Amino acid sequence: MLDVAVAYKRYLFLGDEFLTWIWFQTETDHQQSLFKSADPDLTALEIGHRMVLENRRNDALERITIKGEEANLAEGRLALRKGALVAEISLNFRSADHLWQFSVKGESLNLGNFKTPKIAMPEGPEDLEGFVLEKAYLYDKILQFLEKIYILFIKERLSPRWSSAVVPGMKKWMAST
Amino acid sequence: MGIQSPTASISRYRVEGNLEKPMIETVRRGLKSNTIEDIDKDSVETSVGWTSFHQPYQPNFEGPSFIFGTFFVFSLRIDKKTLPPKLLHKHFMLAGAKRLADTGQRYLSRSEKQVLKEQVASRLMQRMPATPHVHELIWNPEGAALSFFTSLKAANEELETLFVRSFGVSLIRLFPYTTAEFSASLTDSERDILQSLKPTDFTKSF
Repeated sequence: MLDVAVAYKRYLFLGDEFLTWIWFQTETDHQQSLFKSADPDLTALEIGHRMVLENRRNDALERITIKGEEANLAEGRLALRKGALVAEISLNFRSADHLWQFSVKGESLNLGNFKTPKIAMPEGPEDLEGFVLEKAYLYDKILQFLEKIYILFIKERLSPRWSSAVVPGMKKWMAST
Repeated sequence: MGIQSPTASISRYRVEGNLEKPMIETVRRGLKSNTIEDIDKDSVETSVGWTSFHQPYQPNFEGPSFIFGTFFVFSLRIDKKTLPPKLLHKHFMLAGAKRLADTGQRYLSRSEKQVLKEQVASRLMQRMPATPHVHELIWNPEGAALSFFTSLKAANEELETLFVRSFGVSLIRLFPYTTAEFSASLTDSERDILQSLKPTDFTKSF
């Protein structure tokens, strides 16, 4: 295995490609069957209110931050056509009446602004263990989901299908308005 | 931005190595021997150590306080004193004037100024309370997984250093490359492709 610090820098692009692929999947796989294979409880995975795109081509870093409303997503696709990739994305994970909101950074896969469905705050020390265990379960549901879809992505990324089918499909999607 | 906050930030780790058995006592020993030390009445600038999840300002690792079901839950605390430069300048100037008056000297040499500045800084540090920064973590020893509730680089680095010193097992950050290496059960040929992987150029036909 590579040195961790070296690997972090060397594979910065991999996380950005992963987030771009998530966006592509949400817009082209209308049944979301791939995401549902990672968590059958999923009702919908939606793009949230914020997305950061970065263009690292030509040794210069260009950063574009957009709000995730429909008109602006077209602006995001335009940035993709110029060589940018998604560096940070906010996502909504819906399961029945429950909603998880969080953002993911491509380079680190760190999660931010992570909101789980609301649960009752502990009223005393006797409630603390139940509260922590329930919160841990709610966080873990998303961590497990992201890990599973990352594995689906990386398996595809390392297969011949990536260049023969996925990249042409993503280019076609990027070209759409 | 932790477990009890409305929003959280999480960075993920894989725990590498085997905890000495019995696990609970190994963890308790590591927590107790690396508990945060209070520096409020000290001239020390920074203190880093473990603290309790439920009582971050009164750490206590007796009993089952850090055991929640099958998880270990506790916090990394970093106490820091930051001396405002203008405050140091003011007290240094006052101390310099007093030194000249007391000794009858006309001026202080460069080395005298340096020593005086260090003395003044140390005196001020002693009187200044430290600002605590508490970062919670959930450690799942069965799954060798750890969620750290911050993505601040400095806190992550302190965690990685203190963790191995306390428990004799190390932490590996889970980012795109390490997640692929450790979680994706790659075949040898997939691992070879990963080693030489280059960014995809999506712009070629545009």
